[in-house]
Amino acid sequence: MSESFDLEVNGISYSVTIDQGKNLLSVIREDVGLTGTKEGCDDCECGACMVLLDGQPVNSCSFLAVQAQGRTVTTIEGVMQGDEMHALQRNLLDAGGVQCGFCTPGMIMSAHALLDRNANPTPEDVKIGLSGNLCRCTGYAKILAAVEKTAAE
Amino acid sequence: MSFTIATTIDEAVAAMAAGARPIAGGTDLVVSARHGKLPLPEDLVAIDRLIELSEIRPGSGGCQIGALVTHARLMMDPLLVQSYTALADAAALVGSPSTRNIGTLGGNVMNASPAMDTGAPLLVLGASAELASPGAMRSVPLDELWTGPGSTSAAEGELLVGLNLPSPSGRSGSAYVRLEYRRAMEIAVVGAAAGVTLAEGGTLASVSLALSAVAPTILALDGTEALAGLSPADAAAKAAVLASEQAAPISDLRASDGYRRHCVGVMAKRAVDAACRRAAGESISVPVNRALGIGAV
Repeated sequence: MSESFDLEVNGISYSVTIDQGKNLLSVIREDVGLTGTKEGCDDCECGACMVLLDGQPVNSCSFLAVQAQGRTVTTIEGVMQGDEMHALQRNLLDAGGVQCGFCTPGMIMSAHALLDRNANPTPEDVKIGLSGNLCRCTGYAKILAAVEKTAAE
Repeated sequence: MSFTIATTIDEAVAAMAAGARPIAGGTDLVVSARHGKLPLPEDLVAIDRLIELSEIRPGSGGCQIGALVTHARLMMDPLLVQSYTALADAAALVGSPSTRNIGTLGGNVMNASPAMDTGAPLLVLGASAELASPGAMRSVPLDELWTGPGSTSAAEGELLVGLNLPSPSGRSGSAYVRLEYRRAMEIAVVGAAAGVTLAEGGTLASVSLALSAVAPTILALDGTEALAGLSPADAAAKAAVLASEQAAPISDLRASDGYRRHCVGVMAKRAVDAACRRAAGESISVPVNRALGIGAV
């Protein structure tokens, strides 16, 4: 059965009519039309689909979109500050923490949530903060360095 | 098919009495459905906005942890870290930050996986489950709640509203450790929780032990009264023997039965050791796995 409701993504309210079993990831990509959030494993393992729900990281592949009504969703598109890249984006590029780029949006959302609640993370805090995100290219060192640099700025 | 958002416990139990299944974070329900393991229930009632189930309430005889308290909260809550430390150890090992932020204690308990991390700590801490149904509430000791993998003695339509934990007495401490192959998004290969109370002179007054992932349910060990009066080192060694004897593990792609049986003894020994050190006043940070370098590096 379809559900109609308003879904707030990046500060904009979208009217959506969706099947109640549809996951938040598919609604963001197909109904809202923002494709920066990626589908990797579709099994809550890889973190490519990470978005923020009321500021907290959530694997959107495994979260029902109907449960997001009345809450605020932030995706990678909401991280840009106008035309300016967020410091996490700039530092990931500068550090070489982006190769194929598929994991990058999810990495940034997890790092964003980490830095929001812990402005001075230890290297171990950063590792734990990103522990739900897999990268198959970089070997992680440059991603961790970029997040640590952002925290130090 | 229907989806409703409950705003009160009464609404939630009424929807469940009409056949709906509750959903909080969905970290088990939705993942299983997307796997094709279990289809999503036809009728769902979202319970994640029931604020009254999201509280940790200290009381004179112990504390009540609402069913919707998340793992992220369990691992950080000062009262739990101080007095119910094994539960904080376990919560800190669950999934990843996103899983811990959205997955709830109640979901973990009612999903009834024999490999759940919070189960063994809850057993050694003497927890009981508060189950609500229309117009009624009952309390079930946790060792009577789990009946098999994924099954509980809760009736269809009963909603877990919270877990009651008695106050720890005297010089007590607890710890949960697990064998793991990686540090995140991991499920216990085997795990062990210990709750201890020290007597004058540093011998053990009492010990309780429970194991994860070595039986169809979380397994409370029998015969732990034989550990009373022993030194912590002797009790830890004896705990290893009891754990390996009573474990009834299966072989699967994660470990053979023999390996599980051996390793759960090692985990029991380490859990007793850490619990005794905490009871004696040593501060071992949560989770023990990280503090003592147990498991994956």
